[in-house]
Amino acid sequence: MVTQATKGYIEIDQERCKGCSFCIEYCPKKAIFLTDKLNLKGYFVATYKEGNGCTGCAICAIVCPEVAIEVYRGGTA
Amino acid sequence: MKKVYSRPKSLKPAHFHYCPGCGHSIVNRLIAEVIDEMNLGDKIICVAPAGCGMLIYNYFDVDCLESAHGRGAAVATGIKRVRPDNLVVSYQGDGDLAAIGTAESFHAANRGENITIIFVNNGVYGMTGGQMAPTTILDQVTTTTPVGRISEKAGHPVRMCEVLAVLDGTSYLERVAVHKPAAIVATKKALVKAFQHQMNKTGFSMVEILSPCPTNWKMDPLQACKWVEDVMSKQFPIGLVKEVQC
Ligand SMILES: Cc1ncc(C[n+]2csc(CCOP(=O)(O)OP(=O)(O)O)c2C)c(N)n1
Ligand code: SF4
Ligand code: SF4
Repeated sequence: MVTQATKGYIEIDQERCKGCSFCIEYCPKKAIFLTDKLNLKGYFVATYKEGNGCTGCAICAIVCPEVAIEVYRGGTA
Repeated sequence: MKKVYSRPKSLKPAHFHYCPGCGHSIVNRLIAEVIDEMNLGDKIICVAPAGCGMLIYNYFDVDCLESAHGRGAAVATGIKRVRPDNLVVSYQGDGDLAAIGTAESFHAANRGENITIIFVNNGVYGMTGGQMAPTTILDQVTTTTPVGRISEKAGHPVRMCEVLAVLDGTSYLERVAVHKPAAIVATKKALVKAFQHQMNKTGFSMVEILSPCPTNWKMDPLQACKWVEDVMSKQFPIGLVKEVQC
């Protein structure tokens, strides 16, 4: 199995997420997905999936209206 | 790994009340980032509007005052005149700035008040349920223009940056948007520039931000962003409208 080195990763605060899909649309690595999980506010929330080659570019954080995303980059995980 | 993006310090932990995909949220975050990066926490005084942006004092960890609907420029004028060393910023929607507040906005600009207006243009009265605003574009359906805005009955969409550009008191007027990553980055730069103009006492500065209102446009958030790109920005061209030397 070929494992891809991870350059970055993100954490999504799902209680802030409102499922707008902006991060999913703009992630260049398509590493974010909408789930069928509801948060306390009643929104379907986004989730980050490891192994899709996240580079920590932070585009998801730039577009996230809820400031729900933290981005980490560099070194090894 | 190093954390390269986290919540700005001057944004309180409160959750935003805005609808999913609302441009106000992104504008609020950008303002907080600029406050942090320019170290303005003790210097800035924000004026909140009536409209969906009215709760900014719950989000920004800086001094804020609430103004009556449309009176942001007048309230900001008062604050700036008694506290000229503070950075005074009025946050306003299009109904607020360009309908009920036309007189206050226009004359503050004409007097060249050293204040900054952050003008969130979403083409409707958002908070009250999506009625027509002066910025509603022709044929746009709203609750008060159910067959679309017709110029013979309701006039034409007002381009506020261009209107204020003819006044000698204005020093920096730029139209930006928050519907895609590059536009969001450009919006942040425009906020920095506007604040620099105020610090250099060049006159009245305003950043007009084309901002999706998915709820009242009856679109999903991504459709609303596409509408800004394909339709709204044709009526309201994105770019610098006026800048005097800073
Ligand atoms: C004097 C006065 N008249 C009317 C209102 C009702 N009102 C509250 S918000 C609003 C419109 C807000 O629209 P806009 O300024 O475009 O901001 P948005 O909500 O779209 O961000 C109105 C008419 C009020 N609060 N005060
Ligand atoms: S951009 Fe933010 S609010 Fe929107 S789906 Fe992604 S994490 Fe959720
Ligand atoms: S009504 Fe429109 S402007 Fe108001 S919070 Fe919702 S999306 Fe934003």
